Amino acid sequence: MAIDYAKIGLKVGLEIHQQLNTQAKLFCSCPPALFKEEPEITFLRRLRPTQSELGQVDPAAFFEFQKGVRILYEANRATSCLVEMDEEPPHPLNMEAVEVVLTAALMMNMQPIDEVHVMRKTVIDGSNTTGFQRTCIIASDGWIKVGEKTIPMQAASLEEDAARKTGEEDGGKTIRYRIDRLGIPLIEVATAPVIYSPAEAQEVALAIGRILRDTGKVMRGLGTIRQDLNVSIPNGALMEIKGVQELELIAKVVEYEVQRQLGLLQVKEELNNRGVKAEDLRQEFVDVSAVFQRTKCKVIRKALDKGQMVLAVRLPKFGGVLKRELMPGFRVGTELSDRARFWGRVGGIFHTDEMPNYGITAEEVEALRKAVGAGVDDAVVFVADTAENVHDALKAVVERAQEAIAGVPAETRTAKEDGTTRYMRPRPGAARMYPETDIPPVLLTAELVEKIRASLPEPAEKKVARLMKEYSLNEKLAKQVVDSGYATLLETIVKASSVSATTVAAFLTETLKALKRDGVQIENVADEQVLEIFRAVGAGELAKEAVADVFAWLSKHEGKSLNDAVESLGLRPLSKKELEVIVDRVVAENKRSIEGLGNKAFGLLMGAVMKEVRGKADPDLVARLLKQRLR
Amino acid sequence: MTEKAESSGYKGEVLNALRKAGCEVGDIIRVTAGGKSYEGILIPRSESGDTAHIVVKLKSGYNIGIRIKPDVKIERIGKGAKPMFASPLLPEQKPELPKAIILSTGGTIASRVDYRSGAVRSALSASDLYGVVPELADVARVETEIVFSLYSENLTQQHWSQLAQKVAEHIAQGADGVIIAHGTDTMAYTAAALSFALQNLPVPVILVGAQRSSDRPSSDAATNLIAAVQAATKAPFAEVAIAMHETVSDTSIAITRGTKVRKCHTSRRDTFKPVNATPLARVNNGEVIMLTDEYQKRDATKKLILKPDFSEAVALVKFYPGLDPAVIDWHVEKGCKGILLEGTGLGHVSKYCFDAIRNAVNRGVVVALASQCIWGRVNMNVYDTGRDLLNLGVIPLDDMFPETALVKLMWVLGQTSDAAEAKKLLKINIAGEFSPRTMLDKFGVEGEEADGN
Repeated sequence: MAIDYAKIGLKVGLEIHQQLNTQAKLFCSCPPALFKEEPEITFLRRLRPTQSELGQVDPAAFFEFQKGVRILYEANRATSCLVEMDEEPPHPLNMEAVEVVLTAALMMNMQPIDEVHVMRKTVIDGSNTTGFQRTCIIASDGWIKVGEKTIPMQAASLEEDAARKTGEEDGGKTIRYRIDRLGIPLIEVATAPVIYSPAEAQEVALAIGRILRDTGKVMRGLGTIRQDLNVSIPNGALMEIKGVQELELIAKVVEYEVQRQLGLLQVKEELNNRGVKAEDLRQEFVDVSAVFQRTKCKVIRKALDKGQMVLAVRLPKFGGVLKRELMPGFRVGTELSDRARFWGRVGGIFHTDEMPNYGITAEEVEALRKAVGAGVDDAVVFVADTAENVHDALKAVVERAQEAIAGVPAETRTAKEDGTTRYMRPRPGAARMYPETDIPPVLLTAELVEKIRASLPEPAEKKVARLMKEYSLNEKLAKQVVDSGYATLLETIVKASSVSATTVAAFLTETLKALKRDGVQIENVADEQVLEIFRAVGAGELAKEAVADVFAWLSKHEGKSLNDAVESLGLRPLSKKELEVIVDRVVAENKRSIEGLGNKAFGLLMGAVMKEVRGKADPDLVARLLKQRLR
Repeated sequence: MTEKAESSGYKGEVLNALRKAGCEVGDIIRVTAGGKSYEGILIPRSESGDTAHIVVKLKSGYNIGIRIKPDVKIERIGKGAKPMFASPLLPEQKPELPKAIILSTGGTIASRVDYRSGAVRSALSASDLYGVVPELADVARVETEIVFSLYSENLTQQHWSQLAQKVAEHIAQGADGVIIAHGTDTMAYTAAALSFALQNLPVPVILVGAQRSSDRPSSDAATNLIAAVQAATKAPFAEVAIAMHETVSDTSIAITRGTKVRKCHTSRRDTFKPVNATPLARVNNGEVIMLTDEYQKRDATKKLILKPDFSEAVALVKFYPGLDPAVIDWHVEKGCKGILLEGTGLGHVSKYCFDAIRNAVNRGVVVALASQCIWGRVNMNVYDTGRDLLNLGVIPLDDMFPETALVKLMWVLGQTSDAAEAKKLLKINIAGEFSPRTMLDKFGVEGEEADGN
């Protein structure tokens, strides 16, 4: 059943973050690069919530601090200096990055800020060694055209990317972060919440992405762009969804989120009909370890063998509610489970709506129900882990169940690869921002703004027209190239090789799309490598039929060269002599069957030769040689 | 615009414009310029900022600077609220815990941020401190006193004297340990000064600071402070020492003798390094682990000997190639009673300075020498130049590094004005400033492992 999004009052705002391809990071001279090897440097830190007015401390962060969570940072010398380690004050703001953001902002018709002030936004999950993310507004209040609609743009900001999480140890008490990514400049562009359907959200994101790519200074590839969505429906809640990495996923994420909120509203109605009140849900936990003394359930067995416990709570009149599906593979029970994972550091929860299962028998379920005094309409949630963790987990479960009675809780959620979202943390309170006093304000002078305005990249429509004219591309292909963001690469390749623009354009659009669909990590191949491939094609060193295979091979063998690919795939082009030998052989082999065929013989022989030499010889040359033989 | 607002950094035309619009810092204002308007809270301007912009905190929390030109319209649309710092309740004092005194000399060992205005307020009352570092309540009964509110570069010999007297008072009143919160830049000087001024200590005196300001979540202030209180109240030694990060990790705090510790890095947390020594102790997970058995023992029955006087007529002259010896003459003319020469290598100053040095010694100035190598011991018998300097009457200060040597010279000349007496006192080991053996310890910051795991 199609949902009428206009009717339900969906509102979406987009926040697009993309890494900038600058010479250096935002606040130091390290290169904006990641490393894959073992870290050369590690150090341990704790982040302490800075006190402000009570209640302004992020509750999740304070909780983690109280639990004694430590952060193990990993670094190497190639990608980090003392600045990322928070062992040296930041250097002044990277003006190259400021100029890139200004460029994008002016393309979005925004007004530059007169004097830029860098702020500290408190983030103490460990992703920033300082405990805050540095960020500043560069311009605000603009618009872009998407189709016929004008989308108001709120602001363009420049901020430092965060460290990336690489693991957890000691049951979540030590979190590992790698600080190579920390400090890479990010542009953040935010729209007003004026997008009214999932498809439109995706279109707007595409349009913004295109403008960002037009600056020529953004990074490409997985992990370099992240879309955050603010999604709300009336009576639901404003949901902040973080980290949608694929543009193609945006519409799906919005659809699923609407489904989830609508589902939760139905759950609320159902619970209200059953007459459940928040105060009926009590934090009364029962130790049910005894019930599972002889259990066949592996998870519980393992926990009990380690001397841990099984704790249970009764959710009155919740029977049947927990198995209700909200998104594909995601039930109300999953909502409870996500909270338990976050607050209780447990692997997950069990509940009676999914029983008997996981080796837990009907008898055990019966005994469990009896132990907590659950009636037929009640659900029981139980968890196996350490005493501390199971208490925290069930406390979070009860709180989430209470919220279900009220409707949809406002949360920060994280997007999964399948488009569903999971609980990430509670929504932060008022923006916790204060000035970064280590960095002096930066004036955006009229001269600077005018200099950038005078050399803005060509707008998309103009570029399409020019590509059609200068490279004789048809309109469809020209548009596709511009949409793909490969226009500059196309021009570079065509200028540097003698390959036709249409061939290159078809590769950069349709072929790459097909390769991506087949699971090829296209971002693993650098633009320079693509250029090299086409140079080889132009020089007759590589058949153009082999381009896709070479590309796919390179994507799987990072650090290898074009020669390696040609060698490994056996694609070294045949010399004219070698080709002549093959042509002669094929003609000889088919002598009998082509007799009397006349002109038709050519097609048959051409097919036979090409079958042997595809990717290793230019078909035009094969045709020429064949015709000579047949004459 | 009131006095208060004027002190908030706005001047000239901009101040006039704000005054005309009736806007004060903290008010909600609307600024309209070229058809575009910004709404937000008027924020104070940094003293070093130019006079053409005003700073507004937008609803999103971002600050921006807006250029005030004649056509810009400023309106006041709401009254500002004062920053609110609700003091948390004082935790229950546990009577069985030792009593610790935290003296503050300035800076912000603990501070809190008002996110609305960006203002940072120092937390200096005991209650504020518990609010910021609640763990303290489990370590000691903490009392606090603000002695000065100065950046550490503004502290002088007079402040050292006052501070020594203040410490003595609190020890007399039964403190089980004294903690001094101090800016890190000159903390090692103060530590050395107190080491000489407070002799025969019954309890430890621990100086502590932070390399990252305490308004940020990654600050080392709280970890250092907790360790300092633990060392002050539990450690078996009774000396003046500095408690700061041992590595760049938050895991271990080194406690290093006040005469043997130096700030060696401009920004790292582990900036304080023992010089010609190892740390006295290390605080790890709340445990004070002694690293040596050569220390003055804690003993509440010991009677503190207070010698808080320091001479101000002392100068440090660093030798460098081409130093003009007239600098030495100038100090002597100005009435200087002691000169510490920071010599090269094993203890050398060029021959062309000899006349000036001879003149100084002849006029009763105590001239002593420490090496600018920082690490190692001076030995002025190896080369002619050293022997010549000894013959001129220059006092070699063995393995004391220049800053401690300078402070000691100030202290010695605060005790006596007799040059011969002073020279004798300089060579007596008062507070562990000399060590007879030079060991193969790590030196400098180079080569240290980054991690402390």
